[in-house]
Amino acid sequence: MAKTLLDKVWDAHTVRELPGGQTQLFIGLHLIHEVTSPQAFAALAEAGLRVRFPGRTFATVDHIIPTDSQKRPLADPLAEEMLQHLERNCATHGIAFFGPGSGRQGIVHVIGPELGLTQPGMTIACGDSHTSTHGAFGAVAFGIGTSQVRDVLATQCLAIARPKVRRIEVTGKLAPGVYAKDVILAIIRRLGVKGGIGYAYEYAGPVLEAMTLEERMTVCNMSIEGGARCGYVNPDETTFAYLRGRPYAPQGDAFERAVAWWRSMASDPDAPYADRVELDGARIAPTVTYGITPGQSVGVDERIPHPSEVPDEERAGVEEALAFMGLEPGQPIAGTRIDVAFIGSCTNGRISDLREAARVAKLGKVAPGVRTFVVPGSQEVARQAEAEGLPEIFRAAGFDWREPGCSMCLAMNPDKLRGRELCASTSNRNFKGRQGSPTGRTLLMSPAMVAAAAIKGHVVDVREML
Amino acid sequence: MASDARVTRVEGRGCVLRGDDIDTDRIIPARFLRCVTFDGIGAHAFEDDRRQAKGDHPLDDPRFAGAKILIVGRNFGCGSSREHAPQALWRFGFQAFVGESFAEIFFGNCVALGLPCVTLPRPELERLMESVDLDPQQPLVLDLEKGTLTSKLGAQAIAMPEGARRQLLEGSWDATAVLLGAGDAIEATARRLPYVAGFAG
Repeated sequence: MAKTLLDKVWDAHTVRELPGGQTQLFIGLHLIHEVTSPQAFAALAEAGLRVRFPGRTFATVDHIIPTDSQKRPLADPLAEEMLQHLERNCATHGIAFFGPGSGRQGIVHVIGPELGLTQPGMTIACGDSHTSTHGAFGAVAFGIGTSQVRDVLATQCLAIARPKVRRIEVTGKLAPGVYAKDVILAIIRRLGVKGGIGYAYEYAGPVLEAMTLEERMTVCNMSIEGGARCGYVNPDETTFAYLRGRPYAPQGDAFERAVAWWRSMASDPDAPYADRVELDGARIAPTVTYGITPGQSVGVDERIPHPSEVPDEERAGVEEALAFMGLEPGQPIAGTRIDVAFIGSCTNGRISDLREAARVAKLGKVAPGVRTFVVPGSQEVARQAEAEGLPEIFRAAGFDWREPGCSMCLAMNPDKLRGRELCASTSNRNFKGRQGSPTGRTLLMSPAMVAAAAIKGHVVDVREML
Repeated sequence: MASDARVTRVEGRGCVLRGDDIDTDRIIPARFLRCVTFDGIGAHAFEDDRRQAKGDHPLDDPRFAGAKILIVGRNFGCGSSREHAPQALWRFGFQAFVGESFAEIFFGNCVALGLPCVTLPRPELERLMESVDLDPQQPLVLDLEKGTLTSKLGAQAIAMPEGARRQLLEGSWDATAVLLGAGDAIEATARRLPYVAGFAG
């Protein structure tokens, strides 16, 4: 019988069915970081349990790491304590840890792929909702809570219900100046922030097929913003070429055997789907959020909607958003003044993101009064950027080039908005208070759009500059 | 699993928290995640929202003080996977959540803590919110066995995915013990996966 990738991966990893419809699912790769793991290790110790498969868990530090200096001890004693906890837990249990001194530290969803840990056909879990990123390889990747981190440490399994699969086909070809970020923002705008509840999203169609792995990661990364449990793209030649030669990817003959298996895990052409959605890629414009959920967005050439124009069930949310954001309905989103520009995060902190932002940065200087943060997603991304001369380009344009980490995406480190600052951000969430100031405001957009906004001092259509 | 882990009913007063798409950053702002235990996190539930509301927030409303059941809107708990969110609400005093819908990771985190998240269709939810708003002292009874929420309105039929409902009713919501029960079947599954052995020939 024809099957989707989700079903093939699910069946291959099923240890047993649990009463009530859940599956005991084996987890092929477990990634951990300093924020959601300490309580899990403590619970493990309390229960007198060991880590069942220490070789299948890998750790790094990303959320709390400062991006001005990673020098130990970290300036913030709480951050240093969390880092030491992780180091101790990894040492105790024999878990590989990519710390600041390793040369491999970075955002967990950046380093997993770049090290070749993330592979097609795997199940992947991490105590972070953006674990969906790894689906770009054709893996089934879940964000989990701390109790489930404990479950995976103790048993290498999760108790989880099988999601339905919605195939989202993006047809046609993207226009110049339109990026993967715009594609996923457009998908969430169309399907809503809760439209994905109960679903895995299978992204497909010519636009996804033409994308690089890094672009697919940007799309899959924000599956969770659409409410989906996970999102994936079927593995193809692009996937295999990306993986070849990566440190943890199979080498030599084993790589060829791996490719055969990876290929076999892709969805069959006649696989059944619970739902299908189609979007015309050629009609997607650079997209900008104006509100407090990632679904509240418009094309950069559109106006901010009036609450009366949105469906009844969204009206209260739009009213709340406009009040919080201090934006007027009917006003064009272009021209909105910004105070801060942030380029980075697990959504858009990879080398191709930095290249696109640098291309725009070459065209001018940061507008007076705009604070900027350019934060590579990992030490490897930073090295690559340095080899290509990107930091010099950013610095010459007045951008602040920093060290790798989650930075201003979530404000668990010193990089934060102040007061009501409005930030053009390549990150994934525009929730109230997300970027560290309870009244701070976020406009999500692509790296090129953020760089353009930094130069102009306001939201601008990057297509006019390229 | 010990029978005292069974969650069959939650009785207590309700607290009405209106609004849709309330995310976990609002439930517990990220700065309170800079910790290695969950101790003391309950005091910071909805901290920024409460500060901005200057006391005019349901969690600070004396009429709702001591409530055990939090009544919320649509897509509650969306966003970050932080278990700190249900931990904070539980430590604040809530033992169950009633809403139109819940984000999946939040829902799973709640089950893992033995906290039921049950849903009502929007019109029924609105009726409940209105009733509890008018009479916050009324006792509510969430009965997972019967699948009802009883208030002054009478018994409303609540919904919950069957797997999670069974885990709570049977006291098997602490998944580690259940998963360990598979024994060597875990290793047997691993052996069937070609990547676990590095695609050795």
